[in-house]
Amino acid sequence: MNLDLLAPEISLAATAVAVILLDLFAQRKGLLAIVSVIGLAVSAGFTIAMYGDPSRTIFNNTLAVDNFALFFKLLFLGIAALVILSSVDYVSKFTRFRGEYHALLVLSALGMMLMATATELITIYVSLELASISLYVLAGFLKDPKSSESSMKYLLLGATASAVLLYGMALVFGTTGTTQLGEIAQQVQTLGVQGVIDNPALILGIVLLIAGFGFKIAAVPFQMWVPDVYEGAPTPITAYLSVGSKAAGFAVILRIFSTAFGLPNWLSLDWGIVFAVLAAIGMTVGNVSALPQTNIKRMFGYSSIAQAGYLMVGLAAMGVASVGETIGQSTILFFLLSYAVANLGAFIAIIAITNKIDSDLIQDFSGMFKRSPLLALALTVCLVSLIGMPPAAGFMAKFYIFSGAVQNELLWLVIIAVLNSVISAFYYLRVVKVMWLGEPASAEKVPSSGALRVALTLTSLGVLALFIFADPIIKAAESAAKMFGS
Amino acid sequence: MSVGLEHYLVLSAVLFAIGLYGALSKRNTIAILLCIEIMLNAVNIALVAFSRYVAPEMLTGHVFAIFIMAVAAAEAAVGLAIIMAIYRRKGTVDPTDIDSMKR
Repeated sequence: MNLDLLAPEISLAATAVAVILLDLFAQRKGLLAIVSVIGLAVSAGFTIAMYGDPSRTIFNNTLAVDNFALFFKLLFLGIAALVILSSVDYVSKFTRFRGEYHALLVLSALGMMLMATATELITIYVSLELASISLYVLAGFLKDPKSSESSMKYLLLGATASAVLLYGMALVFGTTGTTQLGEIAQQVQTLGVQGVIDNPALILGIVLLIAGFGFKIAAVPFQMWVPDVYEGAPTPITAYLSVGSKAAGFAVILRIFSTAFGLPNWLSLDWGIVFAVLAAIGMTVGNVSALPQTNIKRMFGYSSIAQAGYLMVGLAAMGVASVGETIGQSTILFFLLSYAVANLGAFIAIIAITNKIDSDLIQDFSGMFKRSPLLALALTVCLVSLIGMPPAAGFMAKFYIFSGAVQNELLWLVIIAVLNSVISAFYYLRVVKVMWLGEPASAEKVPSSGALRVALTLTSLGVLALFIFADPIIKAAESAAKMFGS
Repeated sequence: MSVGLEHYLVLSAVLFAIGLYGALSKRNTIAILLCIEIMLNAVNIALVAFSRYVAPEMLTGHVFAIFIMAVAAAEAAVGLAIIMAIYRRKGTVDPTDIDSMKR
C-alpha cells in the first residue's frame, strides 16, 4: 500500500479536522483562515513533489496518481486558497460558524481533488458528493432568505442530477459488469461496433452520464440552477462554485470519456457531436441571457454558462480527434486554468466593492475608477480576459481551444463561438464602461484587507502572466493530457 | 414464469420515472426530497439486480448500493436542515412561493 501517494489528500483532511477543533478553542478567529491556507500549501507541496513521476494507481485501481490528476489538484488547491484569502473580509461579518465555513471549503476542495484522481465509478460518485454536499451547505451560509433559497435550489436540483448520474452509472455497470474505467474500456472494445448498437442500455447509460455531469459544469440544458444559486450564495462561494465545481466536473468528464468510452473511434465521434451541439446552444443561451442582467452575480452566472460552452468546444474536438491525439484535452486544461484565474480575479474585486457599497447591482459600480483605481483596473483586466482579448490569458486560451477545434474540422462550431465572443464583449464591457466613465455615488474609498489585496494581485498578474508566458504552461497542460493518447 | 433480470430492471425503471415525475411536479419541498430518495432506491434495485445476474462473482453492485444509501442519508440530512432554515425565514415550503430571485 502506497499511502504516501495520498499525502495531499490526507493532509487536507487533517487540515479540515484541525480547523474545526481550533474553532472550539481559538479566540482570534483570523487564525482559522491562516491554518486553512497553510494546510492547502502543505498539500500543494506534496502534490508538486510528485509532479512528473510516472503514473501509478492505488487502492485496487480506484485512484490514479498521474500528471493529469496532479495538474487538477494544484488547480483546486490554488482556487481554494484564493477563495479563503478573498473571504477574510466577508467572514468577519459572521458571528458564528467561521470554523465550519473554512472546514467545509477545505473539504469540498478535497472532494474535487478526489474527483480528478478517481478511476472507478463508486469512487467518482462518493467524491462528487463530498464536494457537492459541502457546497450545498456553503451556498446557504448567510442568514438571509436569498441564500437559503439558493442553497435549497442547488440541493434539490443537484440531488436530482446525481440520481440521474447514478442511473447512468448503474446501466454502464450492468452492461459491462465492472465499475473500473479501464475494464469498461476493454469491455466496450470487445463489444465492437455492432455490440454497442445492439446494446441500447449502454448508450442510455452514456447519455445519462453526460446529463449528470452536464449539471455540474452548467452545460445547457442543465443550466437552470446557475443564475439563482450564483445570485443568492455568499459572493466568495459563488466564485468558488463558478470555477471549482466546473473544473471538477470537467476533470471527471475528461477522464471518463477519454479512457472508458474513447477507444472505439466511432463511439467517441458520436458523443463528440453531442458535445458540439450542446456547446453551440450553451454559448448562445448564456451570452444572450447575460445581456439584460442588472445584478453582477447573476450576469456572471449566465457568463459561466457561456464559458462552459467554450470549454465544451474542447470536448467536441476531443471526441472527433483521431486516436492518440490529445489536443482537445490539453486545450481544456489550459482554458480551465486561465478561466479560473480570470473569473476568480473578477470575483475578488467584486467582493471588495460589494462589501463596501452593499449592493450587487451593476449601476452601483458607477465611477469605481475614481474611488478605487486599482480595484477597477484589476477588474477590467479580468473582464478583458473573460472576453478573450489580448493582452490577457483568455485570448491565448480561446485561440488555443478554437485552433484545436479547427484542426478537427469543427469550423462551424468555431464560427459560432467567435460570434458569441463578440456578443459577450457587450455585457462585460458595459461593466467596464460604468466603472470608468460613470459618476461616483460618493468619494469614499473602498477598503480591503491585506489578504484580499494579495489574492487580487496574484490573480491579475496571473492573467497577464498566462498571456506572456503561455508557452511553458501549454507545454505542462500537454504533458498532463499526454497519458490519454497511449 | 420465473422472475429474471428484466423484471427487476422494469421495476427499477418505473420507480425511477415515478420519482423523477414527482421531483419535477410536487408542490412541497419535503415531498421532492422523498421523490429523490425514490429515484436513488430505483438505482439501488438496478445495481443489486445487475450484480446478481451480470457479475455474480463480484460484490461491486452491492457495495455501490450501500455507498449510495450512506451518501443519500447525508444528503437528506442536509436537505432537511436547509428546508428548516427556509421555513423559519419564509413560513412556507412550497417551491412556487420560494421565488425571490425570479425575474
